[in-house]
Amino acid sequence: MQQEYIVKDPFKTEEYMINMGPQHPATHGVLRLLLTIDGEIIKKVEPDLGYIHRSIEKMCEYDTYQQIVHLTDRMDYLSSHINNEAVCLTVEKALELEVPERVKVIRTIISELTRLASHQLWWGVFGMDIGGLTTYFYAFRDREMINDIFEETCGARLTMNYNIPGGLMFDIHPNFVNRTKAFIKHFKTKLPEYDQLLTGNIIFEKRTKGVGVISKEDAISFGVTGPTGRGSGLSCDIRKSHPYSAYDRVKFNEVLFTEGDTWARYKVRIQEMWESISIIEQLIDNIPDGDFKVPTKAVIKLPKGEFYQRVETARGELGVYINSDGNKNPYRVKFRSPGFSNLSILDHAARGSKLGDLVAIMASFDLVIPDIDR
Amino acid sequence: MTNLELQNTLAAWSDQITFTEEATEFLTAQVPATEWHEVALKLKGSPELHFDYLFCETGMDYGTELGVIYHLRSTDLKHEMVVKVNTSDREHAQIDTVCDIWRTAELHEREIHDLFGIEFNNHPNMQVLILPENWVGFPLRKDYSDPVNMIIR
Repeated sequence: MQQEYIVKDPFKTEEYMINMGPQHPATHGVLRLLLTIDGEIIKKVEPDLGYIHRSIEKMCEYDTYQQIVHLTDRMDYLSSHINNEAVCLTVEKALELEVPERVKVIRTIISELTRLASHQLWWGVFGMDIGGLTTYFYAFRDREMINDIFEETCGARLTMNYNIPGGLMFDIHPNFVNRTKAFIKHFKTKLPEYDQLLTGNIIFEKRTKGVGVISKEDAISFGVTGPTGRGSGLSCDIRKSHPYSAYDRVKFNEVLFTEGDTWARYKVRIQEMWESISIIEQLIDNIPDGDFKVPTKAVIKLPKGEFYQRVETARGELGVYINSDGNKNPYRVKFRSPGFSNLSILDHAARGSKLGDLVAIMASFDLVIPDIDR
Repeated sequence: MTNLELQNTLAAWSDQITFTEEATEFLTAQVPATEWHEVALKLKGSPELHFDYLFCETGMDYGTELGVIYHLRSTDLKHEMVVKVNTSDREHAQIDTVCDIWRTAELHEREIHDLFGIEFNNHPNMQVLILPENWVGFPLRKDYSDPVNMIIR
């Protein structure tokens, strides 16, 4: 008689929960994720926010309108000039103030330089997260050149505070145009080399193609904006649909890819760097003469009502909603930040993939945590 | 569709929806809280409106009432509008959730619940998001006072 030996399953597995804690080199900020994993497959991702919540919206209710501008560049510190521009445009829209042409062109040039600096840092950090440390050093070498241009003109390298409601704080430095042209000439020779460094690498391709796919319907339902949404085919560039400053007189393309995976989001940002270079080249030689600001009263009071203005930061759509009741402080200010909506789709995109894929997906979303917590 | 056509389409659904008198860039509709979920389903589902992108959800404290303001956009028909929903009960404020219609509302409504104290019915995960679990009070309301942490000049 044959005896059957029934061997019970020697490995008993169960799910457990670990913290991708607030201090982690890959989350780029203080973000706590509670991961429920089974072996190495992720079952659920739950974000826990609030580690850098500074109650900016409550502070704005006790400040004047010129003081609010200084709070906004601490929100998403990598595109700080564009955040300042958003509040200034809202106040100018409410007061029906028309700024001179010189101001519009200079604001656009500095916005595109900021976008280049932010995408450079994203590229350097993306390579570092996947494992190639070289990209970090190459990216910061070029970013230092942009920071030096800003320091000469605006006085600060990261949080610039160069915009005021009505124009700019002071005129540009005489060296600004020459230094920007020299930088663009240098960067155009470097960008193809940087692109080939990651794109031509088979390890990078295998870690990003087909990982973290987001379909276009999900992107619309979750409110995704910016390059994250454009990698899935959603056309959401505010510079094209609601143009502001000098964007209606330059020619540039909106970059769209349809696959929706990490590879597509990477290609969108690299192509956007080329478009930024083209915008700066069209504007840098033709800065019109004129004033650099329009005089406003010392105490600004907006008329009673509600006003909404949106701009395109390096991460997506930043919306500023001001509800005013006629006093010198606003009644309510709300900042619609792009990182908040982009974070909400992380759970949906990362279920079923492995822990290493989660790091690649988060790096392709380009999250900045102070933008999410405000 | 222009603002006037949108206003006529919405006014035909129910006579309790009112519109603001002042001219702003968006059409602003005020919907009572009891009818909000049905109106939201029709705003997304009807083919001539098709508002499928909720791009901003804001909590407000009007002094006597609490409310939520929704900014909506259609990605293919390219029109936009604003909807306001109010509730006058400050102790137990309740509004229907819309996260089964627009999934971006899940995190936005958790933040409004934290900072204003509005409960959303049928929300799948109504927990605190930003504040610690043992915080007392709702900071963004106008009658919130905290003499230790708030210094007002």
